[in-house]
Amino acid sequence: MTVSPLAAWRDRLAALAPVLDVAEVPFRSQLTVRVSDPDAIAAMGATLGVLFPSAACTFTSGTGRFGDVEVLWLGPDEFLVTASPGLRVTIEEVLRGALGTVRGSVVDTSAQRTTVVLQGAQGREVLAHGCSVDLHPAAAPVGTCVQTLLARTGIVLQVTGEDTLTVLVRSSFAEYFAAWLADACTEYLAVP
Amino acid sequence: MQLIPCPWCGPREEAEFHYGGQAHVAYPGDPSALSDEEWARYVFFRENPSGPFAERWSHNAGCRRWFNAVRDTRTHDLLAVYRVGEPMPEVTA
Ligand SMILES: [Zn+2]
Repeated sequence: MTVSPLAAWRDRLAALAPVLDVAEVPFRSQLTVRVSDPDAIAAMGATLGVLFPSAACTFTSGTGRFGDVEVLWLGPDEFLVTASPGLRVTIEEVLRGALGTVRGSVVDTSAQRTTVVLQGAQGREVLAHGCSVDLHPAAAPVGTCVQTLLARTGIVLQVTGEDTLTVLVRSSFAEYFAAWLADACTEYLAVP
Repeated sequence: MQLIPCPWCGPREEAEFHYGGQAHVAYPGDPSALSDEEWARYVFFRENPSGPFAERWSHNAGCRRWFNAVRDTRTHDLLAVYRVGEPMPEVTA
């Protein structure tokens, strides 16, 4: 049986409600794409059914032949394609096909990070305890995607809804992140 | 903590960055033709101005790209940032 990085934290994270509904969404298909050629970027987007983000620190999402797919901007020529579990091999092959002979790379990095979805009106406030990026809705609207540090660990932070934040954290740092999150939520929880 | 404006990501905390020393130090055209002294100058000798200094920085914890910045060594103010390959902008310290 495959155990997700935060399997042991399920109950402790569930106890953070009603401050935050925290759920791990493990084993997502994740592919790191390095490409700068605009035609290749367009071809890759067409094959996935979702345009690649053109602005820095944003992500795009769409539905195509692989279901719901997101493309995250990680750098000027670097993207992370995320999709449902089990699609990594197929998507990798399709993206390689779209890349053709253009200079670039498609690498399966699915095991590198696990995905944690935080839902709740105080999500931005809780993360601000350990994150220096301005998370005010005016500065970080829905569609924002930043790589930054949260309590010294590297994360990818997506603003996926008005009150929904999605954090991609390295699998080996996931328990550290969960422990930090539980601590940061403590002051918002009702005193028993 | 000081914010450093990454040319791609915008202002981010200093802890996300890594310092890379003086910018615009050209690799020797013909390294094998250099004397030991010339090689030592290329590897070890750097400017040490009191005032504006063009430096390389890497946005390690963000977009992981190298860029250049002009920093006033007296005040630690970042006077300008620019992408690798772009000329150093005019600054007034
Ligand atoms: Zn950056």
